[in-house]
Amino acid sequence: MELPPFLAEFLQALAAGVTVGGAYALMCIGLGIIFGSMRVINFAQGDFLMLGMYVAFYLTTGYGILSFLGPYGGPIVAAFLAGPVVFAAGWLVHRFIVSRVTGAGVAASEGAGAYGQIIVTLGLSLILQNGGLILFGSTPTAIRTPLSRSSWEIGPILLNQARVVSFLVAVALVVAVYLFLARTRAGKSLRAAADNSTAAIYMGIDVDRAHRIAWSLGVGITAVAGGLLAGSQSFQPYVGFDFVIVMYAGVVLGGLGSILGAFWGGLLIGVVQQMSTLVLPYQLQNTAIFVVFLLIIFLRPQGLFGQITERT
Amino acid sequence: MRASVETKRQVWAILAVALVVLGVSLGMQSAYYQLVLTQVLLWAVLSLAWNILSGYSGYFSFGHAVFWGLGAYTVALGVIYLDLPPWLGIPLGGVIGGIAGAVIGYPTFRLRGHYFALAMLAYPLATLYVFQWLGYQEISLPMKRQAPVLYMQFADPRAYVVLALGLLVIALAISLRVENSRFGMALLAIKQNEPAAEAAGIDTWRWKMRAIMLSGALAGMAGGLYAVVLLVVTPESVFGMLVSAQPLILALFGGVGSLWGPVIGAAVLVPLAEGLNGELGDVLPGIQGVVYGVAIIAIILCAPEGVYWRLRDRFTKPRPAGIASAEPAPSMPLSATAPAARLEESGELLVLRDIRISFGGLRALDGIDLIVREGSLHGIIGPNGAGKTTLFNVVNGFLTPDKGRISFGGASLAGLRPNQVCRRGIGRTFQVVRAFPRMSVLENVIVGAFVGARDHVTAERMARTALDRVGLADRAAAIAGGLTTRELRLMELARALAPLPRLLLLDETLAGLGHEDLAGILGVIRQVREEGVTVLIIEHTMQAMVQLVGEFSVLDHGRLIAGGRPEDVVRDRRVIEAYLGRRWMDRVAETAA
Repeated sequence: MELPPFLAEFLQALAAGVTVGGAYALMCIGLGIIFGSMRVINFAQGDFLMLGMYVAFYLTTGYGILSFLGPYGGPIVAAFLAGPVVFAAGWLVHRFIVSRVTGAGVAASEGAGAYGQIIVTLGLSLILQNGGLILFGSTPTAIRTPLSRSSWEIGPILLNQARVVSFLVAVALVVAVYLFLARTRAGKSLRAAADNSTAAIYMGIDVDRAHRIAWSLGVGITAVAGGLLAGSQSFQPYVGFDFVIVMYAGVVLGGLGSILGAFWGGLLIGVVQQMSTLVLPYQLQNTAIFVVFLLIIFLRPQGLFGQITERT
Repeated sequence: MRASVETKRQVWAILAVALVVLGVSLGMQSAYYQLVLTQVLLWAVLSLAWNILSGYSGYFSFGHAVFWGLGAYTVALGVIYLDLPPWLGIPLGGVIGGIAGAVIGYPTFRLRGHYFALAMLAYPLATLYVFQWLGYQEISLPMKRQAPVLYMQFADPRAYVVLALGLLVIALAISLRVENSRFGMALLAIKQNEPAAEAAGIDTWRWKMRAIMLSGALAGMAGGLYAVVLLVVTPESVFGMLVSAQPLILALFGGVGSLWGPVIGAAVLVPLAEGLNGELGDVLPGIQGVVYGVAIIAIILCAPEGVYWRLRDRFTKPRPAGIASAEPAPSMPLSATAPAARLEESGELLVLRDIRISFGGLRALDGIDLIVREGSLHGIIGPNGAGKTTLFNVVNGFLTPDKGRISFGGASLAGLRPNQVCRRGIGRTFQVVRAFPRMSVLENVIVGAFVGARDHVTAERMARTALDRVGLADRAAAIAGGLTTRELRLMELARALAPLPRLLLLDETLAGLGHEDLAGILGVIRQVREEGVTVLIIEHTMQAMVQLVGEFSVLDHGRLIAGGRPEDVVRDRRVIEAYLGRRWMDRVAETAA
């Protein structure tokens, strides 16, 4: 079957968008959990993603610890392992730094408390980026696997195998996170703390602990997304910046506080990013994301799945 | 004039700092140190520009790099393509920065809080990619050997220090002027409570737009000079995330919303970063970023309000502010300010016709017809959720009704925003007192008085008169955050009264008051009404209202179910039913039978 060239290009971009969008969706969920429950703008989120990439890198290509799992299993397991490692790092960061400027009292207000949070996450971002530069060096690296170099052909469309696998893994993980939040006790208390932290305190929920779980889980999940992406693109310690906007755009698109929304938001941002190459020069790929981001904020600030709750 | 002594001191301080910088610059030999000093000054200007918008108004901008970068590219491209001397290019960069401020502010000020901050983040980064795409990856300012002075290409690096210092002095002077004017007061009021500011007659939109344009213009000029100093402009170095973060970090470190905070931040952190980079940059690339990050986290954990405020609190005793020590208010006879007392009720002042508004499926107001007569003391009662506050929000412009007409003194209020409604002569208070908690009582009331005043002196006089009227004159210097409920209610009343409104909307002013406080406030309200102000008051408790008002309207489920004199209304079947429920009515009927 012969498709018209434009249609083929369109489908190719769509497929690329969806496959890369899986990892985006996952990182958006990570950010969404943090923003949704703590109302903290975490500038360091992209840098935790970068950490996840390097953890996966050192477990495979770097030190080859996981090479016994073979070229296919190794990178995936490494991406998963990036989760707990960054989760632990996030736990410590929250325990000793972030919790001092957030919490039940601060979360409710957007006033004075927000200053401290912003600057602390900016500081974390600086430390992680530049610490990464010292530890990992500035040369771009990537996890090279046979997967990242080969692709499946479906009709006229080429599907990069590493991206397809990362998409499937990401979706599986999204389902797991969703079930965790919906079914388990920890997940429920997390959602309660997000909904109304004051009320949650009265209901006997340790909001500070819930926030710590949310924060660590959020950065951990984003790190897994980073680990998955590390198989299909090169990165350096400053790579986090590129993803901060992807994540915020996705989360805002889906609606702040909505996990399902963050998933669809991230996926859509992936599609927008890849599709924009059809009409825009390659350099303006990210500008397209910004434009979409601004449009959502203006036209539907509550996002696709969010609700507005504001009173005069 | 308020704080004129303080202002003079600040002017001297600015001059002193300028002289010190000049002295330091003259004494330094190394061109590298001169460059660092120039950067300190330029980042201080950007930080002050950021502070004018974000520090005073509370609208956090994560995107000031957009102004800085546009200024830098204006100057650089101007020199390259138009032979435009930076002496003109830098002011032009300021103009473009100001225009960019307007273009960005116009849509973005519809957003608040986190949404505003996030939207601001997107502008410089989007612009960055556009400039990359346009092919301005790395542009250098060409050497102009035939006219170096015209193109600001000085052999002596101290010249740049002087230029940057000039810009800093301008920025400081503008900030000082903003701080001590109604501009600054309007921004502070917006920061502390935007709806209250709007209802008190402040045109919040206009002040915010002015702030972002002024801020953008200053940042654009600083960016322009930055291009001249560094000679090379790349999209990353002027639109990058770090440029946007810098003024934020410097101002937060030094102290947000203060004149000197941004300067302190720049003076400490910029040399620190540069120094670390110079000393250790080769061995440990990025070490300055790590130390920078650690430093700002440490300062936030130890002195979250910033260095300036911390130092000020430590070294100055809580001295009574200039306001407190001022001579007692020239208390004017009430008759001179208030309209002559007109006890007899006359024409229709406020007329509502068939007002309807729904939220989703809920009909909050379902066909309200209401007439408030001039000079009356009119009460609206109704159970919780009856739509009372919604009714006020419709009258004063917070909400636009789906249907219906509102006229005030014969003119329609349709389409007016709250500050315009306030200017027409409708003052209001809020159910939950909306004070500006970090201002003094007098300042709170001055904010309200500005609507009817040309200048600060008049506003202060009107504010003091209003405080006299409610009997709060002795608390004028107290900080609003520490008042009792009674005092807060009175202060809010004074704020609404200060511009001499014709109609006062009081939203549950009596709620939560003890017996004695209640009597006091009832007295004040009666007094206000006797001085000729029409009063419309909402309550959900019947008792106090019966003593107070001359006419009642009863609201239930978004409809007016009864109206008339208090003694008639309390006997009305429908009213009792609305308050006590149908079952109660049946029992009353049974007992009667």
